[in-house]
Amino acid sequence: MQQNALTTEQIRALIARGKLKDTLFKALGVLFLAIGLAVILLLVIDMVEKGSERFTVDFFLNFASRRAAQAGILSAWVGSLLVMLVTAVAAVPIGVAAGLYLEEYAKRNWITEIIEINITNLAAVPSIVYGLLALGIFVYQFGFGQSILSAGLTLALLILPIVIVSTREAIRAIPAMIREASMGCGATRWQTCRYHIIPYAMPGILTGVIIGLARAIGETAPIITIGALTFIAFLPPAPFAETGEGVAGLFDWVMSPFTVMPIQIFNWTSRPDPAFEVNAAAAGFVLMVMVLTMNGVAIWLRYKMRKNIKW
Amino acid sequence: MQNDNLTLKAEARNLNFFYGDNKALKGINMPIYDKKVTALIGPSGCGKSTYLRSFNRMHDLYPGNRYEGEIRFFPDNTNLLSPEVDPIEVRMRVGMVFQKPNPFPKSIYENVAYGLRVRGENNKRMLDDKVEYALKGGALWDEVKDRLHELASNLSGGQQQRLCIARALATDPELLLFDEPTSALDPIATGAIEELVHELKKRVTILIVTHNMQQAARVSDFTAYMYLGELIEFGKTDEIFIKPQDKRTEDYITGRMG
Amino acid sequence: MNSQAMSAKNTNDLPVVSDRLAHNAMRNVSERIIEGLLFAAAAVSVLTTIGIVYVLVSESIQFFANVPLVDFLTDTQWTPLFDDAHFGIMVLISGTLVSSTVALALAVPMGTVIAIYLSEFADSRVREVAKPILELLGGIPTIVFGYFALLMVTPLLQKVFPELPGFSLLSAGLVMGIMIVPYIASLSEDAMRAVPMSLREGAYAMGATRLHTALTVVVPAAFSGLAASYILAISRAVGETMILAVAAGMQPNLTWNPMEPAATITSYIVQVALGDLPHGSIGYQTIFAAGLTLILITLMFNILGQWLRRKFRENY
Repeated sequence: MQQNALTTEQIRALIARGKLKDTLFKALGVLFLAIGLAVILLLVIDMVEKGSERFTVDFFLNFASRRAAQAGILSAWVGSLLVMLVTAVAAVPIGVAAGLYLEEYAKRNWITEIIEINITNLAAVPSIVYGLLALGIFVYQFGFGQSILSAGLTLALLILPIVIVSTREAIRAIPAMIREASMGCGATRWQTCRYHIIPYAMPGILTGVIIGLARAIGETAPIITIGALTFIAFLPPAPFAETGEGVAGLFDWVMSPFTVMPIQIFNWTSRPDPAFEVNAAAAGFVLMVMVLTMNGVAIWLRYKMRKNIKW
Repeated sequence: MQNDNLTLKAEARNLNFFYGDNKALKGINMPIYDKKVTALIGPSGCGKSTYLRSFNRMHDLYPGNRYEGEIRFFPDNTNLLSPEVDPIEVRMRVGMVFQKPNPFPKSIYENVAYGLRVRGENNKRMLDDKVEYALKGGALWDEVKDRLHELASNLSGGQQQRLCIARALATDPELLLFDEPTSALDPIATGAIEELVHELKKRVTILIVTHNMQQAARVSDFTAYMYLGELIEFGKTDEIFIKPQDKRTEDYITGRMG
Repeated sequence: MNSQAMSAKNTNDLPVVSDRLAHNAMRNVSERIIEGLLFAAAAVSVLTTIGIVYVLVSESIQFFANVPLVDFLTDTQWTPLFDDAHFGIMVLISGTLVSSTVALALAVPMGTVIAIYLSEFADSRVREVAKPILELLGGIPTIVFGYFALLMVTPLLQKVFPELPGFSLLSAGLVMGIMIVPYIASLSEDAMRAVPMSLREGAYAMGATRLHTALTVVVPAAFSGLAASYILAISRAVGETMILAVAAGMQPNLTWNPMEPAATITSYIVQVALGDLPHGSIGYQTIFAAGLTLILITLMFNILGQWLRRKFRENY
């Protein structure tokens, strides 16, 4: 039944056309990847070039100023650090506890389903909505005001899904026999969690926390929404430091107004004066380095963890 | 079965195959006779699937594989394994049916028409005719003729496998390869496929790998027994199963080994 | 020990075992408390959702007490802070839609092609270089992308389109697209790599080329995962704030032309937050009404995504 069969030449022509399309597509794929790489390189090179004159120690120690040459990121990076501290303190216990509950304790009932659906949905909520939530509830309802505390709690809620998911994945990687061995010795569920599950899951959890914090440190919209200031020339009061109104308390800094790196960048980028472009470039570069370093640490941790743990 | 009228469709000559450094086929010399069914049997790991997949250059899809030797294809005497021969060209002449039915996520019609479209055939009338012919050849036409545009995944396992056979038949292959085609099917579906193979050999040369010796005995005209990458014995099925020449063949067939 | 227990006349005669049982009862209580605490932590996510809904809805109710819903949906101006105040949300929605369309027009083809390339063509060396590039791209803070859009992309575009203003939805949209490419690429690639090899072998055995197999077999088989990645991309685009705040200008402008500046739902909220708005004023309430609109749009796309996934569930 060879009627209408293609001749060898026709087949060869067909194949040649097909292979040409293969090659063209591969070229397109490489081109698109190259565009991605080009964007990264262009960005970094531009920021380094433009911002180079600001890469001095003074830049890191100066407050913001109306004069570009003297404007520094002191309040911004200190503010970022402090906000990250509050974020971590809030997100880690809650996130790890939630992940632990869902993996070790929760039964498959409708309550658990609702919790899990919520976590998935919250991961897709735009970050600015978290800002609105914080404005209404933390800033006004709870009265925390436009403070580091509000910002830290907001970002903690934002990265909570990330921490929960990494905790769950880290826990799932622990083989059942460890649990069984522990329970078999008469340990309670909590003792098993405390002495076995959490320690073994720690590297994975840590990786997730660092990734979450790397995301949080670059967030701008929610922080603007709760009212971080874009021009401040002071630092939150350090514990027990002398201020104009007497000695600061241990946690006065938590309720203080503040700014963070992304907002400082936003402020400088938005100014029409080209001199501030230099500052924006320099600060942008510093922020990128911070984010990349954190992501790099997380990746290194994950790599080391995979090598070390032998079940 | 008469001994006359045997023409060669293909012949493996000194075929060696390497998965990286591992020599999986050692010096295979074997004829494949035109319009006959040749079965490949042997214990797991003997290389029968590796040998089968050489016929349509499937190994070329994965890095690190290497052929030595030839598979001559007739009547044109082309070496299918030659680096100058494009694997796609080979696959246009040699069809394959896999162990687990693998219909595409498309309609029944589009599954069968797939190979035809690859060859540039887009005329609806032609496609309709060829699809019908192929599905009849696969003994599936009557069951699906009223639902050609339903998803192939709705069919049962046995029907899906017959669909895959029809799909392979649609492009008039010169050689049809079957890689343990019934190992994932129930006995009734298996019987249907075996009957089909018996019918199909009138149209196309068939090479079938099977781990089921009874199936080989039922279905094939010639049988090759392989062990650890070598061809131990080749001959007419009746002769091999009744009076094997090599002791190793006998051990396998009688169940003493494998 | 057992015989002692069996011959005991009352609980006081029972040996040391009872102390351990009592200790166990205490353990039970503390176990319960701990489980409760852990549950409370898990419930925070539900509380967050409730909080979001409460805040958005309660402020919006106050807003809609003053502004009729019809006006909100049909007015063609958005000037909530003027004396002659208008509250037409379509103005902001147009900005969101136009910028998101530009972004997706770039990101969907680019991300999908990259995904197909990485999944079906590239060898492991190429993938080892590509993965970090995509992760890096996905890790850049959006404010830095905003800087990139305003100070690098816009001048570049102005060389091609001299009439392009300093702020535009086009510039912001393109950069937003680049930002979204890693999401689409990595999720789509995962979906495609999950398609079993046997399906591909079936196509190759029919004489299909790599591209033909990828487009006619792998992509349809992975469609459910691809759709999920596209829906996520839409959500990201619609919810993006800083790139638009920096590079598209924050002037509300009802337009369907990407070469103009305009405000989006998100950049409007930022603009208001940058200013000083007394708590409880109508201006303050507008940002919650805008936020509610945003959430509803995102929800709508999520539901569409769920429906799509269910309809085209992995059929292989």
